[in-house]
Amino acid sequence: MTESSALVAQEMAEAERPGPEPRGSALRRNARWLLLAAAVVFALWLPFGLYPAVAVEILCWALFAVAIDLLLGYVGLMSFGHAAFWGTSAYATGLVAIHWGLPFPLAVLCGALTATVLAVPIGYLAVKRTGIYFAMVTLAFAQMIYVVANKWSSLTGGENGLQSVPRAITDNFYFYYAALPIVFGGLFLAWRIVHSPFGRVLVAIRDNPSRARALGYAVHRYKLMAFMLSAFLAGLGGGLFAMGHRFVSLETLHWTTSGKAVIIVVLGGIGTLWGGPLGAAAIVRLEDWLSFSGFEQIGLVTGGIFVLTVLLFRRGVWGTLFKRR
Amino acid sequence: MLQHVFNGLVGGSFLALVALGLAVIFGMLRVVNFAHGAIYMLGAFGALALTGEAFWAALVVVPVGLGLLGMVLERTVVNRLARLDPLYNFLLTFGLTLVLQDLVKWRYGVQSSPYPTPAGLGGSVDFGLFDFPAYRVFVLVVAAIVCFGVWFLLSRTRLGLIVRACTERPELSAALGVNVGRWVTPVFGFGVALAGLAGVLAAPMRAVHPLMGADLIIVVFAVVVIGGLGSIFGSVAAAFAIGVLQALSEAYLDSALVSQILVYVVMAAVLLWRPSGLFGREESPA
Repeated sequence: MTESSALVAQEMAEAERPGPEPRGSALRRNARWLLLAAAVVFALWLPFGLYPAVAVEILCWALFAVAIDLLLGYVGLMSFGHAAFWGTSAYATGLVAIHWGLPFPLAVLCGALTATVLAVPIGYLAVKRTGIYFAMVTLAFAQMIYVVANKWSSLTGGENGLQSVPRAITDNFYFYYAALPIVFGGLFLAWRIVHSPFGRVLVAIRDNPSRARALGYAVHRYKLMAFMLSAFLAGLGGGLFAMGHRFVSLETLHWTTSGKAVIIVVLGGIGTLWGGPLGAAAIVRLEDWLSFSGFEQIGLVTGGIFVLTVLLFRRGVWGTLFKRR
Repeated sequence: MLQHVFNGLVGGSFLALVALGLAVIFGMLRVVNFAHGAIYMLGAFGALALTGEAFWAALVVVPVGLGLLGMVLERTVVNRLARLDPLYNFLLTFGLTLVLQDLVKWRYGVQSSPYPTPAGLGGSVDFGLFDFPAYRVFVLVVAAIVCFGVWFLLSRTRLGLIVRACTERPELSAALGVNVGRWVTPVFGFGVALAGLAGVLAAPMRAVHPLMGADLIIVVFAVVVIGGLGSIFGSVAAAFAIGVLQALSEAYLDSALVSQILVYVVMAAVLLWRPSGLFGREESPA
């Protein structure tokens, strides 16, 4: 991701500039807090303005997008197989809720941890390759999980999926507010990762893997850690998705799901964290509107928008609006 | 046994033609064309659109037509991203895949359409020990001829010399007076045409369906990771090998699961043992 990496590198150089703070930085910090407050207020208002079910879906995809952006924007690895973690967590969440009757936050946590465990072997193998190969390898492994879930119908219900996942909060409006703390927790985790020394090492690996290795960082191990954290976040989103729909389908594991998440990230802006939720809101809202108006060729629209984004607005909505060159 | 190996080789033919197109394009442009599966699907629908009687015409017209479409795409969009990280073109072609798939879904619906076995290839060929359906023999022969032809073209002709030079050392080739840019578009078109040809060949054997290419392309990705995408020979060899392994596992293990995940398991093993692929060269660490 040449452009975005140059961008972040420049920003980092600015952040690390020694000496007195540049003029106006206090203002900028205040602006950042204002922005955050506005985002929180917006998130609290959302189910009043939209169907609560759509609002819940936006939350789930926002987490998913941030998970992918953590890898794409900050480690430079494009996973095209994150549906494996999203879907596995959805199934695991649904299964523990059905069979053990766990309350939903615990069930979601179980799902996310299952996804993290699955990320160990897949990540271990995938981080041996970079660039385009990484995308193909993750895509292939996700397809393998999809095939297994399809055939293992005694556990997953095969084509029928997991029906009627139990949930104590039946009203989607209240469920949204129950899910919101989990989503904020996930987003805060992503923000902490990016702004930690660990996150700085990831960016260093992205910008110059050879130099990072020469400095003594175990590049593969860092990438694997980032991959697992990303899978955990995707798993949180997937678990909430299962709970939100009270139903898990094979589609959660399909490559189109991975693709949709990547579309959201690129549309929102790679390497921005804010871009994920923004892109999620836009795409989920658009798809809801399209299916509401009876247009079935959703891929035609999202695919078309995506092509235009890649051609014309590679920095994404957030990158174009709020990041200086 | 022999029969299953043969069926595997036929199944591998489709993988090989698509993988070959992917590898040729990757070699020249460093672009992995996600839309290759969609092109394969368009090839099959192209054969369908020309109706069953015209199979022989479709075998020529559809790949040429799709090759031209590929050249237009290269000129108009792929080319614009050529200087950026190859991932952008991967994303672009992914978006194109969604668009193409949904266009076909719109026009033809999601059910599979049958396609009759072409006239003259309906019978079977007697090999002494077994009878094989003539059409399958035909597929295998065409795939073998095309793969051999591409190999010959690249390694034994002047044209191949230029293309290989542009692939391996574009700056140096340009410095020596080769017009590198001139070869990019035809090579892209040619790679796309190969996927289209595979689609036409698949129409009489497999269900013609808007998503037929989506499932195939992921298997092909695994195949080229196994073979090493940079190596054209590796990609083709891996495609045939995976085809045979799939057919054998399906026949002897009697498990659809094993035969379907086999390719991914092999890919995992290759990543563990030789991360750059069986015939691939070491990547630069960046």
